[in-house]
Amino acid sequence: MDQRTRPLSPHLQIYRWQVQMVTSILHRATGIALAIGTLLLLGGLLSLAAGRDVFDGYCAFLSDPLLQLLLVGWTWAFAYHLCNGVRHLLQDAGLGFAKPVLVRNGWIVVALSLLVTLAVWAYLLGVGGAA
Amino acid sequence: MSDLRNPLQRARGLGSAKDGVQHWWRQRVTAAALLVLGIWFVLLVLSLLHGGYAAAHAALAHPLNAALMIAFLIALFWHMQLGVQVVIEDYVHTRWVELTLQILVRFFAVLAALLAIIAVLRIALGG
Repeated sequence: MDQRTRPLSPHLQIYRWQVQMVTSILHRATGIALAIGTLLLLGGLLSLAAGRDVFDGYCAFLSDPLLQLLLVGWTWAFAYHLCNGVRHLLQDAGLGFAKPVLVRNGWIVVALSLLVTLAVWAYLLGVGGAA
Repeated sequence: MSDLRNPLQRARGLGSAKDGVQHWWRQRVTAAALLVLGIWFVLLVLSLLHGGYAAAHAALAHPLNAALMIAFLIALFWHMQLGVQVVIEDYVHTRWVELTLQILVRFFAVLAALLAIIAVLRIALGG
Protein backbone atom coordinates (compact mmCIF):
# COMPACT_ATOMS: atom_id res chain seq x y z
CA MET A 1 0.00 0.00 0.00
CA ASP A 2 1.26 3.46 -0.90
CA GLN A 3 2.20 5.22 2.33
CA ARG A 4 1.18 8.64 1.02
CA THR A 5 -2.44 7.68 0.38
CA ARG A 6 -3.03 6.09 3.73
CA PRO A 7 -5.37 8.02 6.02
CA LEU A 8 -3.83 9.82 8.95
CA SER A 9 -5.09 9.09 12.43
CA PRO A 10 -7.32 11.90 13.72
CA HIS A 11 -5.36 14.85 15.00
CA LEU A 12 -6.63 16.27 18.26
CA GLN A 13 -6.35 19.84 16.96
CA ILE A 14 -8.88 19.30 14.18
CA TYR A 15 -11.18 17.03 16.14
CA ARG A 16 -14.68 18.42 16.54
CA TRP A 17 -15.41 18.58 20.26
CA GLN A 18 -18.33 16.44 21.26
CA VAL A 19 -20.00 15.98 24.62
CA GLN A 20 -19.16 12.26 24.63
CA MET A 21 -15.42 12.84 24.44
CA VAL A 22 -15.50 15.71 26.92
CA THR A 23 -17.41 13.68 29.51
CA SER A 24 -14.96 10.82 29.07
CA ILE A 25 -11.89 13.04 29.52
CA LEU A 26 -13.49 14.83 32.47
CA HIS A 27 -14.15 11.52 34.19
CA ARG A 28 -10.43 10.84 34.22
CA ALA A 29 -9.48 14.40 35.15
CA THR A 30 -11.95 14.55 38.04
CA GLY A 31 -10.79 11.10 39.16
CA ILE A 32 -7.21 12.35 39.40
CA ALA A 33 -8.35 15.50 41.21
CA LEU A 34 -10.33 13.42 43.70
CA ALA A 35 -7.35 11.12 44.26
CA ILE A 36 -5.35 14.21 45.30
CA GLY A 37 -8.35 15.38 47.35
CA THR A 38 -8.13 12.26 49.53
CA LEU A 39 -5.26 14.09 51.26
CA LEU A 40 -7.80 16.62 52.59
CA LEU A 41 -9.98 13.82 53.96
CA LEU A 42 -6.93 12.21 55.53
CA GLY A 43 -5.97 15.54 57.12
CA GLY A 44 -9.50 16.00 58.46
CA LEU A 45 -9.65 12.58 60.13
CA LEU A 46 -6.11 12.75 61.53
CA SER A 47 -6.64 16.24 62.97
CA LEU A 48 -10.00 15.20 64.44
CA ALA A 49 -8.27 12.29 66.17
CA ALA A 50 -5.41 14.54 67.33
CA GLY A 51 -7.65 16.81 69.39
CA ARG A 52 -9.53 20.10 69.46
CA ASP A 53 -6.59 22.44 68.89
CA VAL A 54 -5.26 20.58 65.87
CA PHE A 55 -8.75 20.25 64.40
CA ASP A 56 -9.47 23.96 64.86
CA GLY A 57 -6.17 24.70 63.12
CA TYR A 58 -7.17 22.45 60.24
CA CYS A 59 -10.54 24.20 59.92
CA ALA A 60 -8.76 27.56 59.83
CA PHE A 61 -6.52 26.21 57.08
CA LEU A 62 -9.59 25.12 55.08
CA SER A 63 -11.26 28.51 55.47
CA ASP A 64 -8.45 30.17 53.52
CA PRO A 65 -10.04 31.78 50.42
CA LEU A 66 -7.79 29.83 48.05
CA LEU A 67 -8.70 26.54 49.76
CA GLN A 68 -12.38 27.50 49.63
CA LEU A 69 -12.09 28.04 45.90
CA LEU A 70 -10.34 24.69 45.50
CA LEU A 71 -13.06 23.07 47.61
CA VAL A 72 -15.70 24.39 45.20
CA GLY A 73 -13.69 22.69 42.45
CA TRP A 74 -13.46 19.47 44.45
CA THR A 75 -17.21 19.58 45.13
CA TRP A 76 -17.85 19.77 41.41
CA ALA A 77 -15.27 17.03 40.69
CA PHE A 78 -17.01 14.80 43.22
CA ALA A 79 -20.50 15.55 41.87
CA TYR A 80 -19.36 15.04 38.30
CA HIS A 81 -17.46 11.80 38.93
CA LEU A 82 -20.46 10.46 40.85
CA CYS A 83 -23.06 11.39 38.21
CA ASN A 84 -20.92 10.25 35.29
CA GLY A 85 -20.01 7.11 37.25
CA VAL A 86 -23.69 6.20 37.43
CA ARG A 87 -23.87 6.78 33.68
CA HIS A 88 -20.91 4.45 33.19
CA LEU A 89 -22.52 1.75 35.34
CA LEU A 90 -25.71 2.02 33.29
CA GLN A 91 -23.66 1.78 30.10
CA ASP A 92 -21.91 -1.30 31.49
CA ALA A 93 -25.39 -2.77 31.84
CA GLY A 94 -25.89 -2.08 28.14
CA LEU A 95 -28.16 0.93 28.52
CA GLY A 96 -28.08 4.31 26.80
CA PHE A 97 -26.04 3.56 23.70
CA ALA A 98 -28.42 4.96 21.06
CA LYS A 99 -26.66 8.06 19.72
CA PRO A 100 -29.29 10.66 20.74
CA VAL A 101 -29.55 9.09 24.21
CA LEU A 102 -25.77 9.04 24.58
CA VAL A 103 -25.51 12.74 23.76
CA ARG A 104 -28.51 13.66 25.92
CA ASN A 105 -27.18 11.74 28.94
CA GLY A 106 -23.81 13.45 28.57
CA TRP A 107 -25.43 16.86 28.86
CA ILE A 108 -27.63 15.68 31.74
CA VAL A 109 -24.51 14.61 33.67
CA VAL A 110 -22.79 17.95 33.07
CA ALA A 111 -25.88 19.95 34.09
CA LEU A 112 -26.61 17.77 37.12
CA SER A 113 -23.04 18.03 38.44
CA LEU A 114 -23.19 21.83 38.21
CA LEU A 115 -26.60 21.89 39.92
CA VAL A 116 -25.36 19.69 42.79
CA THR A 117 -22.30 21.91 43.26
CA LEU A 118 -24.52 24.99 43.29
CA ALA A 119 -26.94 23.40 45.78
CA VAL A 120 -24.16 22.28 48.15
CA TRP A 121 -22.49 25.70 48.24
CA ALA A 122 -25.80 27.58 48.43
CA TYR A 123 -26.58 25.45 51.48
CA LEU A 124 -23.12 26.02 52.99
CA LEU A 125 -23.25 29.78 52.56
CA GLY A 126 -26.89 29.86 53.66
CA VAL A 127 -26.19 28.01 56.92
CA GLY A 128 -23.82 30.71 58.10
CA GLY A 129 -20.91 31.66 55.95
CA ALA A 130 -18.19 29.46 54.56
CA ALA A 131 -16.59 27.28 57.20
CA MET B 1 5.80 -30.80 24.83
CA SER B 2 7.08 -28.52 27.52
CA ASP B 3 3.64 -27.62 28.78
CA LEU B 4 0.97 -30.23 29.30
CA ARG B 5 -1.70 -27.70 30.18
CA ASN B 6 -4.55 -27.19 27.75
CA PRO B 7 -4.17 -23.76 26.06
CA LEU B 8 -7.72 -22.95 27.07
CA GLN B 9 -6.82 -23.54 30.71
CA ARG B 10 -4.08 -20.92 30.45
CA ALA B 11 -6.22 -18.39 28.63
CA ARG B 12 -9.44 -18.77 30.57
CA GLY B 13 -10.32 -15.67 32.53
CA LEU B 14 -7.15 -13.82 31.57
CA GLY B 15 -7.30 -12.08 28.20
CA SER B 16 -5.07 -9.26 27.03
CA ALA B 17 -5.05 -7.45 30.37
CA LYS B 18 -3.33 -10.46 32.03
CA ASP B 19 -5.77 -10.48 34.90
CA GLY B 20 -9.01 -11.07 33.04
CA VAL B 21 -12.04 -9.16 34.24
CA GLN B 22 -11.01 -9.02 37.88
CA HIS B 23 -9.88 -5.37 37.77
CA TRP B 24 -13.00 -4.35 35.87
CA TRP B 25 -15.30 -6.01 38.40
CA ARG B 26 -13.48 -4.59 41.43
CA GLN B 27 -13.68 -1.11 39.95
CA ARG B 28 -17.43 -1.46 39.43
CA VAL B 29 -18.19 -2.99 42.82
CA THR B 30 -16.17 -0.30 44.66
CA ALA B 31 -17.96 2.29 42.49
CA ALA B 32 -21.35 0.94 43.55
CA ALA B 33 -20.27 1.05 47.21
CA LEU B 34 -18.97 4.60 46.82
CA LEU B 35 -22.21 5.75 45.20
CA VAL B 36 -24.02 5.05 48.46
CA LEU B 37 -21.19 5.80 50.90
CA GLY B 38 -20.10 8.93 49.02
CA ILE B 39 -23.55 10.50 49.25
CA TRP B 40 -23.67 9.53 52.95
CA PHE B 41 -20.26 11.14 53.49
CA VAL B 42 -21.23 14.44 51.84
CA LEU B 43 -24.48 14.64 53.83
CA LEU B 44 -22.56 13.90 57.05
CA VAL B 45 -19.98 16.62 56.36
CA LEU B 46 -22.73 19.11 55.46
CA SER B 47 -24.60 18.35 58.68
CA LEU B 48 -21.43 18.79 60.78
CA LEU B 49 -19.86 21.77 59.11
CA HIS B 50 -20.84 24.39 61.62
CA GLY B 51 -20.81 22.24 64.74
CA GLY B 52 -17.06 22.40 65.13
CA TYR B 53 -14.85 19.85 66.86
CA ALA B 54 -17.43 18.61 69.39
CA ALA B 55 -20.09 17.76 66.79
CA ALA B 56 -17.63 16.08 64.41
CA HIS B 57 -16.01 14.05 67.19
CA ALA B 58 -19.37 12.96 68.63
CA ALA B 59 -20.67 11.95 65.20
CA LEU B 60 -17.67 9.75 64.41
CA ALA B 61 -17.74 8.26 67.90
CA HIS B 62 -21.13 6.75 67.02
CA PRO B 63 -20.57 3.10 65.98
CA LEU B 64 -22.73 3.34 62.86
CA ASN B 65 -20.93 6.41 61.54
CA ALA B 66 -17.53 4.94 62.43
CA ALA B 67 -18.35 1.71 60.58
CA LEU B 68 -19.68 3.55 57.53
CA MET B 69 -16.64 5.84 57.51
CA ILE B 70 -14.24 2.88 57.58
CA ALA B 71 -16.21 1.18 54.79
CA PHE B 72 -16.09 4.46 52.86
CA LEU B 73 -12.31 4.73 53.34
CA ILE B 74 -11.63 1.17 52.18
CA ALA B 75 -13.84 1.54 49.09
CA LEU B 76 -12.43 5.02 48.37
CA PHE B 77 -8.72 4.19 48.49
CA TRP B 78 -9.25 0.90 46.68
CA HIS B 79 -11.24 2.60 43.90
CA MET B 80 -8.63 5.36 43.74
CA GLN B 81 -5.81 2.87 43.24
CA LEU B 82 -7.73 0.96 40.55
CA GLY B 83 -8.53 4.16 38.65
CA VAL B 84 -5.05 5.70 38.83
CA GLN B 85 -3.61 2.32 37.79
CA VAL B 86 -5.47 2.51 34.46
CA VAL B 87 -4.37 6.11 33.85
CA ILE B 88 -0.72 5.16 34.48
CA GLU B 89 -1.05 2.08 32.23
CA ASP B 90 -2.42 4.29 29.45
CA TYR B 91 0.01 7.18 29.57
CA VAL B 92 3.32 5.98 31.06
CA HIS B 93 5.16 3.90 28.49
CA THR B 94 8.59 3.55 30.09
CA ARG B 95 8.33 0.25 31.89
CA TRP B 96 10.42 0.98 34.98
CA VAL B 97 8.76 4.38 35.51
CA GLU B 98 5.36 2.78 35.17
CA LEU B 99 6.19 -0.01 37.59
CA THR B 100 7.60 2.44 40.14
CA LEU B 101 4.52 4.64 39.91
CA GLN B 102 2.15 1.67 40.22
CA ILE B 103 3.92 0.48 43.36
CA LEU B 104 4.04 3.99 44.86
CA VAL B 105 0.30 4.49 44.26
CA ARG B 106 -0.41 1.17 45.98
CA PHE B 107 1.83 2.08 48.93
CA PHE B 108 0.09 5.45 49.22
CA ALA B 109 -3.40 3.91 49.02
CA VAL B 110 -2.70 1.31 51.70
CA LEU B 111 -0.84 3.69 54.00
CA ALA B 112 -3.44 6.46 53.68
CA ALA B 113 -6.29 4.01 54.28
CA LEU B 114 -4.56 2.58 57.37
CA LEU B 115 -3.84 6.04 58.77
CA ALA B 116 -7.40 7.21 58.20
CA ILE B 117 -8.91 4.02 59.66
CA ILE B 118 -6.72 4.21 62.77
CA ALA B 119 -7.80 7.85 63.21
CA VAL B 120 -11.47 6.80 63.02
CA LEU B 121 -10.89 3.94 65.47
CA ARG B 122 -9.14 6.28 67.89
CA ILE B 123 -12.14 8.62 67.80
CA ALA B 124 -14.69 5.79 67.97
CA LEU B 125 -12.96 3.88 70.76
CA GLY B 126 -12.32 7.01 72.80
CA GLY B 127 -8.53 7.22 72.58
